[in-house]
Amino acid sequence: MSVTRRFGGTVLAIALALWLSPVFAEPNFPELTGRVVDDASLLSYPEEVAITADLKALEDKTSDQLVVVTLPSLQGYTIEDFGYQLGRRWGIGTAKMDNGVVLIVAPNERKVRIEVGRGLEGILTDALSKIIIENGILPRFREGDFAGGIKNGVRDLALVLTGDAAEVEARAKARNDADTPMIVWIFFILWLAIWLWILYGFYRSVRYGSRAGKGQSGSILAPGSSWRGGGSSWSGGSSSSGGGFSGGGGSFGGGGASGGW
Amino acid sequence: MLALTRSRLGDVSRVVCLLLASATLAGCGINTIPTLQEQAKASWSQVLNQYQRRADLIPNLVETVKGYAAQESKVLTDVVEARAKATQVQIPPDILTNPEAFQKFQEAQSGLTGSLSRLLAVVENYPDLKSNQNFLALQSQLEGTENRIAIARQDYITAVKDYNTELRTIPGRWWRAFLYPDAEPMQNFTVAEGTEAVPEVKF
Repeated sequence: MSVTRRFGGTVLAIALALWLSPVFAEPNFPELTGRVVDDASLLSYPEEVAITADLKALEDKTSDQLVVVTLPSLQGYTIEDFGYQLGRRWGIGTAKMDNGVVLIVAPNERKVRIEVGRGLEGILTDALSKIIIENGILPRFREGDFAGGIKNGVRDLALVLTGDAAEVEARAKARNDADTPMIVWIFFILWLAIWLWILYGFYRSVRYGSRAGKGQSGSILAPGSSWRGGGSSWSGGSSSSGGGFSGGGGSFGGGGASGGW
Repeated sequence: MLALTRSRLGDVSRVVCLLLASATLAGCGINTIPTLQEQAKASWSQVLNQYQRRADLIPNLVETVKGYAAQESKVLTDVVEARAKATQVQIPPDILTNPEAFQKFQEAQSGLTGSLSRLLAVVENYPDLKSNQNFLALQSQLEGTENRIAIARQDYITAVKDYNTELRTIPGRWWRAFLYPDAEPMQNFTVAEGTEAVPEVKF
């Protein structure tokens, strides 16, 4: 008896341990409070406002979301490891185009990184990101001028992202199209088609049934009662219209470059 | 006529039953195994994709280094050979469930990782090469690719872990026995290879 009980206790303990143990350790991510998340307090308020306005203008023009984040600590992770996870957690960029960029500054580790969303890897290449870091950002950072370095970085990133007018237009247009997700329409139409087909079946059976002179239609469930709101799966397509700012679900695969000073 | 009506009604009710059944079953996990399987396969494609990207960068890198450090022929030849080995590895369709093929693939890629890191260590001795614009661009691309490989591997590890766990834990185990007897656990990257030194780039 006691053996069984002890055995049961062990199993319970193991189960509890498995239940409680985190599968993958994750960093503590800062909150996405705006386009500039200055957790390391490197920017003054007017600077933050000015950079936020630049970032907003860039998104309005190209639909690309650029976010600046300063971190007091990387919590023992490399900036590359932290960066892509942060980008994915926040979902910077739209889910359809993955067109987000995160400029990460970790002053205590003396590291900076441009994390590029999957959809922008072809435009903002690793080599270009490296050039921006080496030529625009790091010279200022080495002098202790964090605000200047970040401003340079944002300016250069915006230059690259708006570099090709036709390209920018095409992407902005794609973004507008993406506002009504195509997949929702497809599902809605499919759903409608299936129900119409079923109703047609009922209709036929009722017609043939009544022609046969048998009152079978009475035993059929009223098809009309099955109608319910179909488009209930609508969710916000556009992410950053309005005052608040949030990511659109963009994904990151490790594009970009890092540097240290 | 009556028979026709019956068959019509039968059709309709069959369709309704099917719809209801599929909706109910989807709720209790009948689709979980195929879904996770597809996710793991997609993650694997991403791993292959990133390794391919690295292999594509190497000829250019080797050419650039040769221009400045032709006397390091041993290291350069090693890289070229390791690349050839890595790109020639046969990838059978069942690689994910075939431990030997998976092991072979892993070994070839880690061989290339090793010889690349030796090459980049040697480069440290050539200041002219290190300041060459072409080399700097290649170097940042290589760095980015190594980072992408690390992330693709991490994503694959997570996807396979989810899939294998589903196969071995209870509702998934029953579904597998009942509907998906062909679903085999997939191979995962061993920790030893993941922690192996990636080419380190210093400035």
